[in-house]
Amino acid sequence: MSIPKLLVHDKSDNVGVVVVEGLMAGDEMFCIVTEDNSDFMLTAKQDVPIGHKVALKDLKEGDTIIKYGEDIGRVISPIGTGEHVHVHNLKTKRW
Amino acid sequence: MSTQNTFMGYRRENGRVGVRNYVAILPLDDISNAACEAVANNIQGTIALPHAYGRLQFGEDLDLHFRTMIGTGSNPNVAACVVIGIEPVWTQKVVDGIAATGKPVAGFAIEKNGDITTIAEASRKAKEFVHWATERQREECDISDLWISTKCGESDTTSGIGSNPTVGNMYDKLIPKGICGVFGETSELTGAEHLCAKRASTAEVAEKFMKTFQAYQDEVIEAHKTTDLSDSQPTKGNIEGGLSTIEEKAFGNLEKIGKKVSFVDVLGPAEEPAKGPGLYFMDSSSAAAECVTLMAAGGFVVHAFPTGQGNIIGNPILPVIKITANPRTMRTMSEHIDVDVTGILTRELTMDQAGDKLIDMIIKTSNGRMTAAEALGHKEFVMTKLYRSA
Repeated sequence: MSIPKLLVHDKSDNVGVVVVEGLMAGDEMFCIVTEDNSDFMLTAKQDVPIGHKVALKDLKEGDTIIKYGEDIGRVISPIGTGEHVHVHNLKTKRW
Repeated sequence: MSTQNTFMGYRRENGRVGVRNYVAILPLDDISNAACEAVANNIQGTIALPHAYGRLQFGEDLDLHFRTMIGTGSNPNVAACVVIGIEPVWTQKVVDGIAATGKPVAGFAIEKNGDITTIAEASRKAKEFVHWATERQREECDISDLWISTKCGESDTTSGIGSNPTVGNMYDKLIPKGICGVFGETSELTGAEHLCAKRASTAEVAEKFMKTFQAYQDEVIEAHKTTDLSDSQPTKGNIEGGLSTIEEKAFGNLEKIGKKVSFVDVLGPAEEPAKGPGLYFMDSSSAAAECVTLMAAGGFVVHAFPTGQGNIIGNPILPVIKITANPRTMRTMSEHIDVDVTGILTRELTMDQAGDKLIDMIIKTSNGRMTAAEALGHKEFVMTKLYRSA
């Protein structure tokens, strides 16, 4: 099996985590969902550092980001499929 | 599955087992640090535990101070203990608390003696203790004698994918063998508190957890915050590593308690487990050195510390084993890491194998192998203070 570039915790997640260094915009990512070992391909739309998240689908302001099958915060500006998801477009619902 | 069920430890007078054999020189208060450090300098084989507090504390904060002092001296990794304080009454209170374990302990007060006389007398006693302690022998002990704590630090998303579930896998395997485990970091469960409460063994324990969690939110966070906590929790290191929100961090954090075990009680900070073997939750800060110091004072003898970006913390009496799944951390600061589980990211290492790798390192460490943090001299001893002194 090839080495994944993106890991997704749960089937219901709308983000995955980059697990390789030096991912560049345009790179084709082999992605694995760790919950059931299913896989798919996705194109990175931006350079994304290792450990950072990528959107698996188009997301609009107010949407909830799901990771581990759970609510990890709200989208504060639109995110396209394959784009970087981080503090610039995702905010906690707590504190 | 890892099959090793014994290790070589030091059995103490009260039946508990240590994996280290320190003679601790413990200051009751901040102004006794200098005398303690002088004694540790005079007598090889001793270790001073300087800290910042112990004067004019009161109420719950003072109780925690004594509990941390007594718990630290009572930890089975400590063979014998010298306590030095400015005056004799509180010094004796700590001595009596530690003496309840049956281990050798002696107290010295500086008033009416001065530093120099105190240091001379305490040094003679420390030397006696060193000879006594170094005559102790390791003996074969059952793995159930291990008390293993966990707290993660400088976490990133690789913690939630790799190093934290490695610790969880270890607990899933060792808790059924009769060990005591503990996790904490009250504020760092924010967003995942409902899932955590579901892991309590009874409805009563779940309720106690939620009450503790809510008290931290109300009395610590809400009472003192000036903005949301986005600048502190997640930390800048967490954000650099890709964690965006406290909720994301919390779900990753919770991976440390595995999938099968439930926690049997909620402990106050530095409180010793009293309900027998099993996993416990300890109310604590998420700051690494504070949390690990409280767990050591609670009686834990080995610590499993997963990190993403590379937290370098150690503790003077508790060996801290570092685990990482982040290949960049492994590449840039491998001298701090004891267990490399980067293979989880490349899918070349299964979680079961990673858990066994950690168990093997826990056994080796318990047998005497120095951790990376020990070899590098990390001895962060940080007392938790609940509020300002009187």
